[in-house]
Amino acid sequence: MKAKVHVTLKQGVLDPQGKAVHHALTALGFTGVGEVRQGKYIELDIAETDAAKAKLAVEDMCKKLLANTVIENYAIDLEG
Amino acid sequence: MKAAVIVFPGSNCDRDAAVALEHVTGRKPLMIWHRNDALPDLDLIVVPGGFSYGDYLRSGAMAANSPIMAAVKAKAAKGVRVLGICNGFQVLTETGLLPGVLMRNRDLKFICRDAWLKVGTARSDFTAGYATGRTIRIPVAHHDGNYFAEPAVLDQLEDDDRIAFRYCDETGAITAAANPNGSQRNIAGVLNESRTVLGMMPHPERLADPLLGGTDGAPTFQSLLEAVA
Repeated sequence: MKAKVHVTLKQGVLDPQGKAVHHALTALGFTGVGEVRQGKYIELDIAETDAAKAKLAVEDMCKKLLANTVIENYAIDLEG
Repeated sequence: MKAAVIVFPGSNCDRDAAVALEHVTGRKPLMIWHRNDALPDLDLIVVPGGFSYGDYLRSGAMAANSPIMAAVKAKAAKGVRVLGICNGFQVLTETGLLPGVLMRNRDLKFICRDAWLKVGTARSDFTAGYATGRTIRIPVAHHDGNYFAEPAVLDQLEDDDRIAFRYCDETGAITAAANPNGSQRNIAGVLNESRTVLGMMPHPERLADPLLGGTDGAPTFQSLLEAVA
């Protein structure tokens, strides 16, 4: 089973890299872009066939390592 | 004083910390490799600066989950003093020994220069050698030093007198212009609730010998020596 994890900054947490990307896009002529927020995408191959168990395990991984929940949210998608 | 310096793959201020400790205490600290999962009887543990595990995932995230950090947490719970410098501060926030997180610098640049700091509190074994409000000069060298915590956490730190150092200008004024990295409320170093764990982005070990151009970092180590004597 594959788990796809998106880690994103919480609302209200300043994202200087997102701001820099926005600035660069504007400089390239891409107007009309609102706020840019940068995050991380992590793929995990899980040796588990039960989706509920896999989700619990990945949530635990997110809390303990993959995300810093002081500043980051995480979203988990399971496939297969 | 029985001191140990933790060494991770990618630590690069471990030997500077050892030299500063030996200079002040007259004793060589133990150098403890990250794979160890036990620590001997100690008065002080230093988690040094550097780029532990290449800063993979987030600065300090991998080191925080290494075998030795479980032992460091257990010692900290018993009141053994823990000093995290730069990457060590990042590791201590990732382990949860200190609140908040160190994010990418506001201007996205690595900053390597001397910074002026205002001593926020002399009420700790790390800062007793400084007068509260004193202005000192200590080098910073980091990419991720932008201290962030929820406003309620910051208020609590202030109420508890746990902000050890703040970035200021040469005259001691705490201004936005004197904030090198965007840290909330100019915070450069914080203490835990029991005041036995200190994390700070500036490097006191780099300015603890006149030959290195200054000694404003030395009182950090002298204070610790006097506290355990």
